[in-house]
Amino acid sequence: MKLRQMKKNQSGVIAKVTAAKEIGRRIRDMGLVPGAKITIGNRAPLRDPIAIKVSDCVISLRNSEADHIEVEVEDE
Amino acid sequence: MSEIIALAGNPNAGKTTLFNTLTGTKQHVANYPGVTVEKKSGYHTIKETKYELVDLPGTYSLTAYSIEEIVARDFIAKEKPHALINVLDASNLERNLSFTIQLLEMGAPVCVALNMIDDAHRRGIKIDYKKLSELLGVSVAPIIARRGQGVEELMDKTVEAMNKTETKPLEISYGNDIEDAIYKMVAIIEGNSFLTDLYVSRWIAIKYLEQDELILEAGEAVNKQISDALMKIVDEVTHHIEETLDTYPEAIIADQRYGFIRSILKQGVLTRSGDETRVFLTERIDSVLLNRFFGPIIMIMIITGLYYATFNLSEIPVGWLESGIEWFSGAVESILPDGLLKSLLVSGVIGGVGGVLGFTPIIMFMFLGIAILEDSGYLARMSFMLDRLFRLFGLHGNSVMPFIVSGGIAGGCAVPGVMAARTIKSPRERLVTILTAPFMNCGAKLPVFALLVAAFFQDNEATVMLIITVTSWLGALIAAKLLRLTVLTGDDSPFVMELPPYRMPTVVGVLLHTWEKVWQYIKKAGTIILAISIVIWAMMTFPGLDEQKLEAFENQRQVIAAAYDNSIVNELENVDEAIQLTETANELQDKLIVVDAAEAEAALRHSVAGKIGIAMESVTQYSGFDWRTNIALVSGFAAKELIVSTLGTAYSLGEVDPEETDSLSDKLAKSPSWNKATAWALIIFTIFYAPCFVTVVCIARESGSWKWGAFSVVFNTTIAFILSTIIYQLHAL
Repeated sequence: MKLRQMKKNQSGVIAKVTAAKEIGRRIRDMGLVPGAKITIGNRAPLRDPIAIKVSDCVISLRNSEADHIEVEVEDE
Repeated sequence: MSEIIALAGNPNAGKTTLFNTLTGTKQHVANYPGVTVEKKSGYHTIKETKYELVDLPGTYSLTAYSIEEIVARDFIAKEKPHALINVLDASNLERNLSFTIQLLEMGAPVCVALNMIDDAHRRGIKIDYKKLSELLGVSVAPIIARRGQGVEELMDKTVEAMNKTETKPLEISYGNDIEDAIYKMVAIIEGNSFLTDLYVSRWIAIKYLEQDELILEAGEAVNKQISDALMKIVDEVTHHIEETLDTYPEAIIADQRYGFIRSILKQGVLTRSGDETRVFLTERIDSVLLNRFFGPIIMIMIITGLYYATFNLSEIPVGWLESGIEWFSGAVESILPDGLLKSLLVSGVIGGVGGVLGFTPIIMFMFLGIAILEDSGYLARMSFMLDRLFRLFGLHGNSVMPFIVSGGIAGGCAVPGVMAARTIKSPRERLVTILTAPFMNCGAKLPVFALLVAAFFQDNEATVMLIITVTSWLGALIAAKLLRLTVLTGDDSPFVMELPPYRMPTVVGVLLHTWEKVWQYIKKAGTIILAISIVIWAMMTFPGLDEQKLEAFENQRQVIAAAYDNSIVNELENVDEAIQLTETANELQDKLIVVDAAEAEAALRHSVAGKIGIAMESVTQYSGFDWRTNIALVSGFAAKELIVSTLGTAYSLGEVDPEETDSLSDKLAKSPSWNKATAWALIIFTIFYAPCFVTVVCIARESGSWKWGAFSVVFNTTIAFILSTIIYQLHAL
């Protein structure tokens, strides 16, 4: 599932990061790499960007950037 | 020269707090050569040896994608600091270590500081730092920088690291495909001593695989043949990885780094205790402050609160400064005889320096507010909430502060506004913000609006003020979009950013931050502003009236005086402020003032500025401006406050106090060359035309180039002229 489609408080493990170049690098720099466990947090008032929790910190991403991240969602 | 110790690490890891703890208040702030990135340095003494400390910009990585990262890695490679303290947020080990690994791969003499170890403990994170030290092969010291705890041990370890003869670069395995390529590349690099004077050979190979633009450029410049040979290997492996794994080397390298870190952490370095689903304070605060409904309301309250606090609190010291300057210029005025020197000192020098000093309290309070917002972690949230809106116009979530401070709420000031754009890290968005923020209505533009409203729109004052505010916002946003579509094209910078945990800002940190900014402003801007204000004074003073004309005015005065009794003339000449003048003396004085004002008008018309104003009439007639308005607008380039007072001089009213413009607005309302169309055209022109030169100096400084300062003058004035002409011509139809 794409990260963008996840709901608030949903958790999962990153399966793949498809972005290249600067965006890809920035996403990885923040610890958003395959194998990282994430939880979806707040969305901004206009539904974009989105805050996600990864290990112990909160990262904000635009929806367009979240599209590059595929997540293996945990069963609820 | 002292040996250099550099501080490096992620933003929000507490690097600057450690730097403040080590150097105390004696810090030196400059820019790295050629860029606007700040270089902070200071001194620290360990056992009677003095070391120079350099605070490198906080970054997550050492790529060539951002200027901060380039500055940091160039410093490490080229200045070769004797030791490098890598500050880590202990609660966030995984991500912070990814930066550490990049430092170690460069072969830097690293000593790791695990900062905020108390926070980590509170979160149930236990770190076996001895084990970490063993596995990484570098010294590791747990510290609490804001309390200075563990700092002494850290510095001892740093000195030890310095004395180590040779640091061996860290090598981690990136898997067969990549390792084969690296092996081949290292052989070529070492065989030809290719860039090895600066960098470790394996690191060069990795950067080639990551297709790091700067290293490729440097490589091609040194030896194109070898560079091409390396690129051939890179292309082969990249192609192979794309085919077989559907990814690319840079991704594999980053992922493997994290894999390496996880394997280290799993070897007993990191243990977690307690409930994993525990909700921390930051998340609880965020559930309110980032709430979709309450979040924006609280944000608006905080922004307006900061705005009013900045301008209200600074009012008092601004008042002191102004009366101090007034007293001083009064003193100079009474000591010196009438003439050019007095005019130069009073209007040019004291006026100019006074203008610079007048801004300092506002800048101080604004940076104090922003430092608190930034250090507490709230600024990142504001940016988060506003990003979507501002991105529509090619701006950044953080553009809101510069806009508001510049006068987004009417009455700000573009000088601190432009400086507030420093919180924006993406270069294009930052520059666009700097260029468009001056469209907002600063406090000095307001008297112009007040004057015109009083003269032409008395019945719907509130509506007109609202139109003015909305126009400047729309204008700024549209201009921003325009700039992003033409001059500053390119993709939006990534918004991947950390929302750091809320923290109590430290008093020392906030005060130091504020002081640095204020001092930089006074020092750098002050000198240039003094020079320019003298130039503008000269433009409005020279060449002055010729003898004949002066004589004519003198004759007029004498004719008027001759009609009065000698005793009255004497009374006026020996006037003492304490004594009430007799009625006839008052009458004479009023008549003489009229002549003085006419003389001032003639002198102004005759000056360089006046001639420019008259020459411009041929163009400005299309927007309805005559030479009087033109001169006023030219003088407004010195300071927008001057528009009204110059207009007064041009209309023979003598010096008009911008606060009391009744006589001038009467005059305009009755003047045949003025009507509502002219008034609207002047309002629109005032909103959009060239920023005052203090702002221009700041734009040049903040953007790192005079080119942008000049651009803002030309671009804004062009927009202003086009818009005001459209308005005037439409009204005339």
